[in-house]
Parts: sequence; C-alpha cells; structure tokens
Amino acid sequence: MSTRGVIGTGVAIWALALSLSVRAHPGPAIAAAAPHPVAKTRPAVPPASVAPKPAERAKTEPIPPSNADCLACHGDGSAVRADGRPVVVKPEAFEHSVHGPLSCVDCHQDLAKGIEFPHPEKLAKVDCSTCHPDSVAKYKEGVHARERAKGSIEAARCVDCHGMHDIKPKSDPESRTYHLNIAATCTKCHGDADVIRKGGIPSDVTKLFADSIHGLALSKSGLVVAPTCSDCHSAHDVRRRDDPNSHVSKMHVPATCGRCHEGISNQFNAGAHGMALAKGNTGAPTCQTCHTAHGIQRAETASWQLSVIGQCGTCHLDRIATFRDTFHGQVTNLGFRTVASCADCHGAHEMLPASDPRSPISKARLVATCGKCHPNASENFVKYDPHADKHRRAGNPVLYFTARFMTILLAGVFGFFGLHTTMWFMKELHVRRARRRRAGEPVAVHGARSGEGTDGRDR
Amino acid sequence: MAETAERETEAADVQPRPAAAAVQVRHVRRFDRADRYLHFLMMCSFLGLAATGLPLLFSEAPWAKAWAHALGGFEFGGTVHRILAVTLIGVFVTHVGRLLHRVIVKKDYSIFWGPSSMVPQPRDIADLFGHFKWFVGAGPRPIFDRFTYWEKFDYWAVFWGMAIIGGSGLMLWFPEQFARVLPGWLFNIALLVHGEEALLAVGFIFTIHFFNGHIRPEKFPMDMVIFTGSLPEAELRHERPAEHERLRRTGGLDRLNAGPPSHRALVVGRFVGTSAVIVGLTLVVLIMYAFLTR
Repeated sequence: MSTRGVIGTGVAIWALALSLSVRAHPGPAIAAAAPHPVAKTRPAVPPASVAPKPAERAKTEPIPPSNADCLACHGDGSAVRADGRPVVVKPEAFEHSVHGPLSCVDCHQDLAKGIEFPHPEKLAKVDCSTCHPDSVAKYKEGVHARERAKGSIEAARCVDCHGMHDIKPKSDPESRTYHLNIAATCTKCHGDADVIRKGGIPSDVTKLFADSIHGLALSKSGLVVAPTCSDCHSAHDVRRRDDPNSHVSKMHVPATCGRCHEGISNQFNAGAHGMALAKGNTGAPTCQTCHTAHGIQRAETASWQLSVIGQCGTCHLDRIATFRDTFHGQVTNLGFRTVASCADCHGAHEMLPASDPRSPISKARLVATCGKCHPNASENFVKYDPHADKHRRAGNPVLYFTARFMTILLAGVFGFFGLHTTMWFMKELHVRRARRRRAGEPVAVHGARSGEGTDGRDR
Repeated sequence: MAETAERETEAADVQPRPAAAAVQVRHVRRFDRADRYLHFLMMCSFLGLAATGLPLLFSEAPWAKAWAHALGGFEFGGTVHRILAVTLIGVFVTHVGRLLHRVIVKKDYSIFWGPSSMVPQPRDIADLFGHFKWFVGAGPRPIFDRFTYWEKFDYWAVFWGMAIIGGSGLMLWFPEQFARVLPGWLFNIALLVHGEEALLAVGFIFTIHFFNGHIRPEKFPMDMVIFTGSLPEAELRHERPAEHERLRRTGGLDRLNAGPPSHRALVVGRFVGTSAVIVGLTLVVLIMYAFLTR
C-alpha cells in the first residue's frame, strides 16, 4: 500500500468520526445528509498533523464547531461584520456543492481549534492546496498568481473562477468550470473594460472568441468537444504568450492546436514553416499567425480565404506584389474567390519549396496543380509565371523589356500630347479673347456652325 | 449611290426649325452612315470595356471593390467585358473589310496615299511643326486637309491598340488553347500589355481625344460631325481649308451637300456624345484617384 493509500485510510476514519460527531450534535445534520465519497475523491489531505485520531482528539482537544453551529449564525445572515454587512452561507447551496460532505472547519481550519464564539472577523485565508496541491502549484506558476504577487487585486484567485461555497464539479452543467461555461467565467474579467485596464490585459479577446468558429461551436452548436479558453491556455497554468513555457507560446502553439487538429499539425510540422519553427526560427509563422488566436474563422469561407492572402503577404512581400500584378491577384483583391489564391497552388499547411518533389509547385506536379482550375493545362501552359516580376530583368527579360517599352510609350504619348493639348488650349483661349476684344462683345464659338464669325485665318 | 439614298432619307427626317428654314446653310458630308455606326459601336463597347476592365487593373484602388461589385460581380463583369470585346473586334473586322472592299472591289487606292489616306505623310510633319508655331504665335495656322496629323495619330493608336489589346485579350480568354502553340510565359507579356495598352487607350481617348473633339474652346461643348455625319461649310473652310478648296474645285461641295442635320439627329448626337464624355471623364477621375492613392 502506498503512502497515499495509508493517508487515505486515515482520512476515511477521521471523516467517519467527524460525521458521527455531527450526527450526535443537535441541529440540522448537513454533512451527514450526503453520502461519503470524500475520502476516495481527495485522498491526500488533510495532512496527518491536523488529522488526529478521533479518540485522541476527544481527550485532548476541544470539539470543533459543527456545520450546524456555523450555519446557526451564517445560514440566515444574522452574522454581520463590524460594518454591518452580513456573512451568509446559503445552506442549500453549500449542501449541494461538491464540498457539501465537508465540514466548514475543513477549509476554515483556524476555527477547528476550539475558538471562542463569536469568532474574530478576520479569519485565516482558506488554503485550497490542502486538498488540491497540484492545481494550486500550477496556479502559482501562472500569470494570475504572479500578478497577485505583484500586488494586483484584479488577477483571478481560486474563488474567482470556481466560486466559494457553491462550487460544483466541472462535470455539472451548473458549474462555473463546466466546459460550456468556462468562456463566460473567463469573460467576467477578460471582457470587463475596467479589469482589462487595471489588470494590464493586452486587449479584449472575448468578443473575437465568441464570434469565432470555436466560440460558435460552443455557444451555438453546444459542442463539448469544441475548445474553450482552458483548452489552449490550460486551466491553472495560464501563462502569457511570451513566456516560453506557456501553452500558447510561439513554439508550443502547433502542439497545443495539434491536440485536436493532429492531422494538420503533422502536415504543418513536415512543411517549410513547421521545420523553420522547429529549428528555432521565431520569425516562422505558426497556426495563429494565419488563423489568428481568438477570432478564428471557418477556413472554407471566401472572406477568410481572401484575407489570408494578405497574411502570407506580410512575410512574402515580393510574392504578394507580383501576385497582385496577375489576374489571380486582381480578382481576389476585388473580393472574389473564384480564382487561385496562395493556398490553392502552395497548399495550406504542408508548404514546401518548388525544389521539393512533394510540393504541388514542383516541376513534376505543376501541370496537375494548375489543372485543378485549368483542366487542359499543358507543359506549355505551366510555363506561365504566376509571380513574374516585371522589374527584374534576370527573371523574365522579355517581360522586363516589354514593361520598360510600355512605360516609355505611355510617358511619351501622354507627355507629348499633354504638352500639345495644353498649348493648343491656351492658344484658342487667346484667339477667342482677342476676337472678343475686336468685336467688343462676346462671340459665340458656335457662330461657326451657322457660317459666320470664325472664318478666316487666326493669327 | 448609297450616299445619295442616305441623303434623301435624312432630308425626309428634317423637322425644319424656323432659323434653319430661313437660312439654308450648306453642310458638307464628312462621314458616311456606316462610319458613324461603327464609331458609335466602338464608342459604346470601348466605354464598357474600360468600365469593366479598370477595376482589375486598379484592383487596389479604394473604389475598385465597390465598382466591381456594383457592376454585378467579377463573373458578370467578365461576361460583359467579353461580349463587348467581341463587338469591338467585329467593328475592327468590319472596318478592315470595308477598306479591303474599297481597294479590291472598287479599285480605290486613295487610302494608301494622298488627302484621303490615313497613312502619315511628309505634310503631316510639316503641319505638326506649323501647329506648334501657331500655338506660340510664330506662324499662321497650318492649312489642314481632310485628315490632320492628330487625327491620324488617333486612328493608328486605336488601330494598333485594337490589335494589341484584342490579341492579348483573346490569349487571356483562351489560355489553354493558345498554350498548345505558344509558350506559357507569353501570357505574362499578354497580361502586361493588355493592361498597359488599355491604360494608354483609355487615358488617351478620355483626355486627348475628348479635348481635341469636344473640350477645346473652338469645339466646346461638342463636335457633332461624328454623330450627324456632316459639318457646316464654313466650319470646313475654317478647319480644313485645303480640303474645302479641293472640294470647291472638283465640285465636291455640291456632291457632298448634306443639308443641315435633323433636329432628332442633333438631340440624339448630343445625348450620346455628352453621356460618353461624362462616363469617360468619370473613369479618368477614378484612374487619377487610383494613382494618387497608390
């Protein structure tokens, strides 16, 4: 039997004794009303030091107050603070909470040692780690605890997410930490402009998430398999994305997303972007570079597919510029998705250079790739360069010189005729003014139409 | 013969206005009916081609997206562009066919040289310099003949433009078929010249041609000759003294006497011409805007 098992047995004995003592006491038997899974579900604690053997305790220590004792004052709000605010624990809520089988003093341990009643207003802080050491240890590493340690009063504590006396197991649809409720629980603070400002939270992402494919899958489709905040950020070990150990740090994002999108993360890791990232190139894109972190949209929508072209263009500047010179680039720029965008030729996740024979843009596969849209594409057809750069002489000299010729032609024609037209205009204005002065009255130019006025040579 | 019949038809159309009836001004025919219809078709298709093509060429301009969607989307715009392209190619082929007919059937070789020819001749260079001299007040206005040097430039610009834009457009329309015989990189060239030539044509027609024909003080608001087919004799004498003199000598003034254009022809011509100018200038403004916000 392991140490854990020994302790567990101790707890079971202790809890049994406790429930018997409650039963013996007058008043409502709250703890005893519930069955007794406590020892099984929380085997580790309370520590042996605070769990004396019942016989021993009966002799040496005062009997701690029962739940009924506590609720006698706190159950109906008759217990008030110095300033008059009541300190209420709703008996019903506590009874139905996951901690219902426990007694008040299991958490409020400083009241277990025969204290005078009414007890002082300030009690010791409840230490959840007594029973939940792993979760609390993770929490201590996270951004919430660190901000608390720095003096923040906004950063979440255990009770901010889990509640206080009414905590339900996360499997209970009423629980704050039930899968479909987590987003709302986090939004309480992360969607609150006041908390965002005071807490130094970079931005409000809750609305983005709510409208995202993940958010809608939760709220609209009710999918418990859809990810919520804690699936990417973890429940307790929530860290900033610039923390290398964060689940959402650049290096960890593919693995985090890959927990659900395993097939995609395999493709990504095999591609140029994934390999660059694996080599430690932090300039390489990860999932959220293209898909965004919170406002992730359905990849099938035209609007998203069009917007991602710009995403590719943030790194591949020369490629986006030459793409926009082509029909593909122009039509997509106008907001129509019927023509090829980046991923149609290059693939979406397993991006590979043209030199790799597996790449859809490799020489061997080009006819098939172009053939997806142009069914009769031939070897000749795929000699078209979808990223031809008219400014680079080396790449396509004929295109380069044609572009130069066209520029000179346009500049020449517009330059010459611009001058010609301007001079002609000035001259005709001058002639008209001179004629008007001679005639001493305005002369209609259309006089010419009825056969008078403008005949003769103008000088 | 055809011209006579046409004149008679138009004479019947005349709704004599008091002034026109009182002073019968002799009008001289300059363009026959087919020329005017071809110009009308070319004008409409060209405007439509420009309107449906420019959003692609300036796809990054702030107006392009709204414009393309307002035109009914990229597929519909593309269909309209192709229908108009076929129309314009039809105009081009008809024009060339008419020229061939003149040469082969009528044995009329005047299109190759002389005053009725569009071929640039030494006289045009002299006229060009003479015109510049007149602009700066250093000489008389050149004595222009039937077709001036800037009209010849217009003509050849359109002729060359139709061949280049039409040819490259067909390549881009049927890339897979053309790729059977042409290397793929030619499509890069086709795409480039289709857009650049179009920009040249649109820019030239909607500024220089509009100015020459409609906006300069002597012509403002509109030169009606391309819509009515004829112009007053005095205007001919003023603008093209050489042609007037030749017609006078050879009896052409009587042969080509058209009478004043009908009221209906003037109204229709003004409406069509004004609409075209408004559409064209709007497109020019959009192009300018695109360049400035680039």
